[in-house]
Amino acid sequence: MTESVGAIASEGKPRPRKGEPEGGQTRRRSQEGLLEGIRKAGVTAMFFAQLLAACVPALSKPRLIIAQIYNAGARSLIIIMLSGLFTGMVLGLQGYDLLHRFGSEAALGTAVALSLLKELGPVLTALLFAGRAGTALTSEIGLMRATDQLTAMEVMAVDPLRYVAAPRFLGGLIAMPLLTAIFIVIGLFGAQLVGVQMMGVDRGIFWSQMQSAVALKDVTEGIVKSLVFGAVLSLIAVNEGYHTDPTAEGVGRATTRTVVASSVLTLLLDYVLTAVFL
Amino acid sequence: MADPQSTPQPSAETDTVIDVRDVHYAVDGRPIFAGLDIRVRRGLITAVMGPSGTGKTTLLRLITGQIYADRGRVSVFGREVGEMGRAEIYATRKRMGMLFQNGALLTDVDVFDNVAFPVREHTNLPEPLIRTLVLTKLEAVGLRGAAHLMPSELSGGMARRVALARAIVMDPEVLIYDEPFVGLDPISLGVILRLIKQMNEALGITSVVVSHDVHEIATIADYSYLLSEGKVVAAGTPAELAASDSATVRQFMTGGAEGPVPFHYPAADYASELLGEQA
Repeated sequence: MTESVGAIASEGKPRPRKGEPEGGQTRRRSQEGLLEGIRKAGVTAMFFAQLLAACVPALSKPRLIIAQIYNAGARSLIIIMLSGLFTGMVLGLQGYDLLHRFGSEAALGTAVALSLLKELGPVLTALLFAGRAGTALTSEIGLMRATDQLTAMEVMAVDPLRYVAAPRFLGGLIAMPLLTAIFIVIGLFGAQLVGVQMMGVDRGIFWSQMQSAVALKDVTEGIVKSLVFGAVLSLIAVNEGYHTDPTAEGVGRATTRTVVASSVLTLLLDYVLTAVFL
Repeated sequence: MADPQSTPQPSAETDTVIDVRDVHYAVDGRPIFAGLDIRVRRGLITAVMGPSGTGKTTLLRLITGQIYADRGRVSVFGREVGEMGRAEIYATRKRMGMLFQNGALLTDVDVFDNVAFPVREHTNLPEPLIRTLVLTKLEAVGLRGAAHLMPSELSGGMARRVALARAIVMDPEVLIYDEPFVGLDPISLGVILRLIKQMNEALGITSVVVSHDVHEIATIADYSYLLSEGKVVAAGTPAELAASDSATVRQFMTGGAEGPVPFHYPAADYASELLGEQA
């Protein structure tokens, strides 16, 4: 085949054959579905390789990457901070309620910190990132595809992978750990607000228990998770936008696929990474 | 990939800029081109006309190396596109400008930055020089005053003129226009028409205009190709095409509903389908 990766992705659907027994058709359909899945995975892997190759020259234009960190990161700050605050407050409340039953309120700081650092921080930030920044990335690149902007760049001898896709991928990759860190810090503040200020857990115990129980390994786990989520979610968003059908309906479908694939993969990868770290 | 039998010899005639020879191209088994032959000569305006869906835009994608012919040769500046590596294709594209049907302006930057985009990407010129260059090109299309506007603030005709300024900012040898007249009011259409002629005469740019606006294109084209069903069905000067007695040419030039290109999409018998519906 001589077309680019994008063209391969949009090839025709399998055609039904007449006169085939129903069971055969079902089997054939599921086989074709499986092949289609494998083909899509292959196309995504090839795109990822091309994208990584394009990231090196893209570094020569840091202005574009900074703009994308602003788009994916700074513009998601409000939603991340609000979600972090309420998540922390709920953790403080639930954690206090649970620990109080065993008379171990003193462990509240540790419990909240570990939950946020290892699990809730990276995972919830990733899910919010997919809904806020991921969809924006997909629809923006998809509309650029639909309005021939990407083709125009190609014809002007400017590689859209380098100019459009790579800075957005790098921007998402860099923004995700930063957003996660902010989510965790605000979450801790929220938990402290409820646990210490409202429920009366001793402030000194709350913080000192946290300090003594949280190890560097726990922080590393959160950082690694957020980096992996950042890479995977940015790749999904950029890939879906880049290979979208150039129609209004196509952009809509691509945006939906971004959210669905990002959410499922976040939870799946979270399990895998947790299993690796434990 | 390219036809293995093809040879990298340069175009037979030195004044041929784009040479399309016996090109076959199919999408999902559906043939778009079956033996297409087109030659674009230096310094002329060559029109490629044909009914919608005859693959005019596909032809432009073949010429700019975005896709490759299944069979046959597409040569640009004497080099076959199928044999070029990525770097050479990009180098060739720098010698060409293309005007897209909808302008394809970058929507997140203003008119000035749109026109400056190729210069900033391909050169290290100082900003004052880029400014002079961009304003000169914008002046040529009459939109120097609109330099600060965003693409969303432009009318269809203005967007196309900005895109034209962007297409000529790198001083290309060949300018390719994809349906430049679609959806324009008569004034904008006249402006674009004059600009195409001006670019050709004043800058000596070889032009390829893909269009189905027969009458407009006839006023400026030096040579025209009429495509139908994947082949060139007629070629000649606008006057020669107008005088043609071929049924296909006559239907296209006069806009007849019936002729070799049928008005009705192939369907079952009308009466039996209607009665069958009621039964």
